[in-house]
Amino acid sequence: MQLGVYSFGNQATDPATGGLVSTAQAQRDLLEAIVLADQVGLEFFGIGEHHTEEMPASAASVILGAAASQTKRIRLASAVTVLSTDDPVRIFQQFATLDALSNGRAEITAGRGSSVESYPLFGYRLEDYDRLYAEKLELLLKVNEQATVTWSGSVRAALDEQLVVPRPDRGSLPIWLGTGGSPNSTVRAGQLQLPVSYGIIGGDPVRFKALADLYRRAWAAGPETTRHPLISVGNPGFIGETDREARDTFWPTWYRGMADIGRRRGFAPPIREHFDIEAEGGALFVGEPEQIANRIIRLHHAMGHSRQFLQMDFLGLPQRDLLRSIELLGTKVKPLVDAELGPEPEVVPNPLDGGPAPAQTGAAS
Amino acid sequence: MTRVAVLGVGKVGTAIARAALAAGHEVTVAGSGDPEPVRFITEIMAPGVAVAAAYDAVEGSEIVVLSIPLPKLASLDPEMLAGRVVVDAMNHWEPTDGALPAIFDGHATTSEAVAAHLAGARVVKALNHIGYHEMEADAREFDAADRRGLAAVSDDAAAARVVAEFVSSLGFDTLAAGGLAHSAALEPGSELFAGSFPVADVARLLGDAGAQIHAPAPTATR
Repeated sequence: MQLGVYSFGNQATDPATGGLVSTAQAQRDLLEAIVLADQVGLEFFGIGEHHTEEMPASAASVILGAAASQTKRIRLASAVTVLSTDDPVRIFQQFATLDALSNGRAEITAGRGSSVESYPLFGYRLEDYDRLYAEKLELLLKVNEQATVTWSGSVRAALDEQLVVPRPDRGSLPIWLGTGGSPNSTVRAGQLQLPVSYGIIGGDPVRFKALADLYRRAWAAGPETTRHPLISVGNPGFIGETDREARDTFWPTWYRGMADIGRRRGFAPPIREHFDIEAEGGALFVGEPEQIANRIIRLHHAMGHSRQFLQMDFLGLPQRDLLRSIELLGTKVKPLVDAELGPEPEVVPNPLDGGPAPAQTGAAS
Repeated sequence: MTRVAVLGVGKVGTAIARAALAAGHEVTVAGSGDPEPVRFITEIMAPGVAVAAAYDAVEGSEIVVLSIPLPKLASLDPEMLAGRVVVDAMNHWEPTDGALPAIFDGHATTSEAVAAHLAGARVVKALNHIGYHEMEADAREFDAADRRGLAAVSDDAAAARVVAEFVSSLGFDTLAAGGLAHSAALEPGSELFAGSFPVADVARLLGDAGAQIHAPAPTATR
């Protein structure tokens, strides 16, 4: 099981002033977190494109490029790239460059994104949501497949045998489809025989077993391939020395983060009682190392996912708390998960590798 | 047993279809076009439900549940739903959907806009203010102490009662109330939308949402 972290960028609380750090400092904090994640043996770091002051990671490939030169093993990905409002050729070029600089560790997770700040920012219309996503995904996959591209559609200028460089050493990049759990997106990922990445933010993640089954079935209905269906799961989480400490540290930042999103989307702020229920058995993997290891293992037995990553830095989480949680994930949770599911190879497998089919483990406990 | 048609096979539609089937109803699900891709999904996400084209699913149903994205409302044929009891389980997610001026056309609430488009349908706002993943997790036996309360709001008292009974059968104390114009009390941004409450609190939070139509229907199912 590959373990990791993802972030949308975070304005941490500045211990010196009690206020929030600048959006520029947030970029440096993120780089520091990636470097630590690599040092403590984690396999994955993802950056989710966001454009708000509180979540200012708008240029993932730049941060990941800096991380490429300071890390050795960890895989570096977007989680997710808001495909609908970006140019697929540009996305590919940036991540192919990252792939070159990181010696083959770059990945793209393409999704619709849960927020829509990028629409007015880049001049797209929400009404075109479906068409933008469908056409741009088609183009991204095409550019990934071949260096010289001919394509036409309605959302960008046509390409007539245009060369797109650099090319990754492996010929192409791993591209995941990111979804919040819609059956249609699940079927689409399976039919396209792409790895799928689920973002789970509420309820017991084990219920995603049905979607995992649906995804594998859609994949199996397609043509023969040497690749295998791959599933990753990203959800909020935080590791502390004890359950109590983890929850008490994470709660204020979760509250601020959700209240902030709620203000914009019409949700009331979260309440502690619900938070504790979600932290106990829901989508929030917040607790001491053994508890979190057990929940990752249980989810693996249900879904057969091969990569699990946690979003830890909601609004205002002090940087030292983020770093401590990343350290515990690598040094305490990881050995427990490895002991149960087997260790990861020294060179983290590229999702493009054929390899053996991931073991389909027993039923959900 | 009620014959239920569910239009829309996303997260919400598949969850409602599963819950309705578990409660002993006869459930037919439809997507926007060809039934085959829908069957592919329901065989795993909601095994046991029937699949049909939308017109066939609606034909012969006693309740139609709308669980499509609100921006797709215009794709629904009003004639198909005329005279039907229609559950509006949809929500307007302004940050992701945009303002949708063509759909709202001066109406203040989602369900009024739905009722205006579906002229002749008996629209009831219900099942929009519970998370799709809570549909099964929060369902309880009739007399359970921690049974969650939900609401069914409509301008059509008889339709509200039918839907309240249906929602009750899924495992919730359900309050039928009058007045689509007040259904903002169930929409995103409201206290009711954000939380989970016993039915007495639902009655209190509905506040202006017109008079309560009747007490929660006792039901032996679930």
